[in-house]
Amino acid sequence: MAGADRVHPYVPNSVPEVKARMLAEIGIDSIDTLYEDIPEELRFKGKLKIPDGITSEMELERHLENVLSENKTCRENISFLGGGCYQHYVPAICDEIAGRSEFLTAYAGEPYEDHGRFQALFEYQSLMGELLEMDVVNVPTYDWGQAASTSIRMAGRITGRKVVLVADTISPDRLQVIRTYCEPVMRIDSVEHSNRTAGLDMEDLRTRLDDSVAGLYLENPSYFGTVEESGRTIADALHANGSVFIVGVDPLSLGVLAPPSQYGADIACGDIQGLGNHMYFGGALGGFIGTRDEEKYVMEYPSRLFGICKTERAGEWGFGDVAYGRTSFAVREQGKEFVGTAAALYGISAAVYLSLMGPEGMRELDQNIMQKSQYAMKRLSELDGVRLRFDAFHFKEFVVDFSATGRTVGAINSALLAQGIFAGKDLGDDFAELEGCALYAVTEVLRREDIDRLVDALRAYLS
Amino acid sequence: MEIQPGSRLRNFHQAKWDEEVIFELSTPGQRGLHVPEAETEISDLVGDGLSRIPASMRRTTAPALPEVGQMRVLKHYLRLSQQNLGGDLNVDIGQGTCTMKYNPKINEKIAASSKAQDIHPHQDESTVQGALRVMYELDLFLREISGLDRFSLQPSSGSQAILTMAAIMHEYHEVRGQADTRDELITTIFSHPSDAAAAAVKGYRIITLYPDEQGMPDVEALKAAVSERTAGLFITNPEDIGIFNPRIAEFTRIVHEAGGICGYDQANANGILGITRAREADFDLCFFNLHKTFGAPHGCGGPAAGALGATRELAEYLPVPVVGYDGSKYFLDYDVPHTIGKVRGFYGAFPVILKSYAWILSLGAEGLKEAARVAVLNNNYLLKKVTEIPGATSPYTGGKRRIEQVRYSWEELYNETGIDTHDVTRRMADFGFHLWQSHHPFVVPQPFTIEPTESYSKEELDEYLDGLRHVVEEARTEPETVKRAPHNSVVHRIDESSLDDPEKWAVTWRALLKKHGRTAAKIRS
Repeated sequence: MAGADRVHPYVPNSVPEVKARMLAEIGIDSIDTLYEDIPEELRFKGKLKIPDGITSEMELERHLENVLSENKTCRENISFLGGGCYQHYVPAICDEIAGRSEFLTAYAGEPYEDHGRFQALFEYQSLMGELLEMDVVNVPTYDWGQAASTSIRMAGRITGRKVVLVADTISPDRLQVIRTYCEPVMRIDSVEHSNRTAGLDMEDLRTRLDDSVAGLYLENPSYFGTVEESGRTIADALHANGSVFIVGVDPLSLGVLAPPSQYGADIACGDIQGLGNHMYFGGALGGFIGTRDEEKYVMEYPSRLFGICKTERAGEWGFGDVAYGRTSFAVREQGKEFVGTAAALYGISAAVYLSLMGPEGMRELDQNIMQKSQYAMKRLSELDGVRLRFDAFHFKEFVVDFSATGRTVGAINSALLAQGIFAGKDLGDDFAELEGCALYAVTEVLRREDIDRLVDALRAYLS
Repeated sequence: MEIQPGSRLRNFHQAKWDEEVIFELSTPGQRGLHVPEAETEISDLVGDGLSRIPASMRRTTAPALPEVGQMRVLKHYLRLSQQNLGGDLNVDIGQGTCTMKYNPKINEKIAASSKAQDIHPHQDESTVQGALRVMYELDLFLREISGLDRFSLQPSSGSQAILTMAAIMHEYHEVRGQADTRDELITTIFSHPSDAAAAAVKGYRIITLYPDEQGMPDVEALKAAVSERTAGLFITNPEDIGIFNPRIAEFTRIVHEAGGICGYDQANANGILGITRAREADFDLCFFNLHKTFGAPHGCGGPAAGALGATRELAEYLPVPVVGYDGSKYFLDYDVPHTIGKVRGFYGAFPVILKSYAWILSLGAEGLKEAARVAVLNNNYLLKKVTEIPGATSPYTGGKRRIEQVRYSWEELYNETGIDTHDVTRRMADFGFHLWQSHHPFVVPQPFTIEPTESYSKEELDEYLDGLRHVVEEARTEPETVKRAPHNSVVHRIDESSLDDPEKWAVTWRALLKKHGRTAAKIRS
């Protein structure tokens, strides 16, 4: 590729005369001198087996387009995939704002240069606070898995207890993240669910509650899309035991569904990918944590918390870090867990999204999703041998049981893929009792005809 | 003080819109976006969709989100963006340790394509071959750059990569029946705070080594620290102060002899690409921050990625899945015998991974090394020039070269004028510059840390230097101007007194209204 003898567009001071001038200023002859502290035996002497640079932007674009052309997208096909990453509509203004150089390429400026990001992220916290009806929300962490893990560790510190119970209807991906993060300092035990509704088994919960239990982590809606109706009963049982109630929630459901705080949750957490962020192969996640505004909770957050305050000039809003002294930035391993670069830009898109949607937009969104998912559930369950696995109210996702059709989920999904349909995720690998079942997600981007195509294709295949 | 003749300083003023908080813009009934109604056939079959919500799960009051027309929402966030500096707009060399380099726009354009945005992690592997190829080839590139044998792109940041290293280290000792007894992790004070903090999350007791007189982590202190309790060593090199530790191989030898694992924090490897590697220094694990060294943007603090490499032996512990290639197709490989499981949902921050892959492709093998060499040249040019400014010093010089960054000190300036490093930072903002101090604790008194990277021309470096010179001159001639700064920014000095007071702090708008009353709103007037 041409370019080896040219100054790379990203490295302006490669110009030989400039280098010479700078070396002269330093008082040395060669850049090699600057590396003299690196011992010979530590030097890499070979040539990196990395291709020559594609220094022409035009050629680079062509190459990358060629590589990515091997992807088949959810826009070119009909997708019923969910399970923690969702195809929701991303408003144009979300992309416009998240793509602004001023936000995209900023990092860690002081409030004096970066007032804008402090305010945008304060607004993100505030908008999420309204959705959750909670007074404290963090600057986004990596993803839901991290948010759940930190919520669990917070519960451990708040109660001084070591065991956290986890409903066995949470995402299996998330459970792995939680285990990696929380063990061995804490112990993770699971609580069973009702085979009929997927709701939490209250009997099992009661037998497990003792003075070692810091809290319970439950997802509502569950990984199976089922909505837990007994939140208040669960909360009462936990609180009577001095335990913390942590609920993972899909924020997009909160236009019409009760926020966890309404039924007694102490900590709410979840993911903001669906709030104005694209799917990106599961790469655009962002986690939120919300609590009441009580010192004992606030002081256990590891995350940045941006607060609003005054400046010395009347009429100005200022922003800054609330209780910075609790963070690892301030006190290293003495801080609460750790903090660092996570998913701030996705928080800004989420702020834009919620500002655009308003209360009415969120209600319309939820209604659309509920109607379409109920439609899909009803149509699918009319097929011979196909039934819905759980008898509960669902949001967005549901489990379809194909075990009576005589076909495996793998075979069904291959047949549908050939027709441009990305069918629901096979649950058999992660849940032994759900062999023959698949997790389907229906969002607002699907049209009736898309759902009908799925139903028709399945009918044809199964008959 | 007026900008002096011949100075490259700009007569800068940041955009100041005096913009409201979004809630102040709400007018009931206004809409920013409509969601389509479901088709009639749907509502005919299932009704309104809402009436079946169980009573206990009905939201009792609608969320009090603002109601704002679309253009006003756009304008609001555009104004906030203009009130943010952004690396594309300034000479962003004052955020040392963070490698604020150019983030090529072509990479953004590619990442914004539907082929990147609109793929789901559970799609059949045959439909995501492009994405898997990007991940696989980036793994190969990073193997070359580090000398290690396999990478996981799953960790979402450098800190999460450190947590992952701690989890691997724990599992490694668990397999040997020593997880309970090997409970100490050694690091250095000039390693990133997360090297200590993220390891502590896994239950490790942290031993922190302080530098010797020359700024080097003290080998004698290390020898005294290792024991049968040693789980491992996590260390940054070059350290935060910019000095390469020439005895790094001795460090790994001592820790290995004690039975520990060595993790190399190469979050910032910008000065050593193609020069020196984790392999030659005998590390078991190392990680690179793709949003630093490899050209992906920082996004106000993420998304990010901490690509984690391992030797063949420790690759057996990496998070799953890794990406494999069988000669004809790419696949997600869950066959990792001692895997620690997962540290993040799905497979990693794909947009960040894609942008870094593009950056490496653009530079190529020679370009990577050239970028590193120029970054080091730029840094040493600045070192020469900054230390010529009366009042600025570079502690621990001791004849040692600096690699990609330097931690300087304003101690002399402070002793002479009473102007401290925070004052200088605020005044620099008046000229469109950011200047960061240092991680805590401030081992170097009155610290500031500059890392120029390869992205800035000599003229731009000179402009930044003129900024430092100007502020230092003012510190001597009109210190009040510096103390009262900023003057040309969005805001004036912030009254931080409420931020540490549980009775007064407000992390959300609703908390502000509760604590300061409905008229809080008017705390600003």
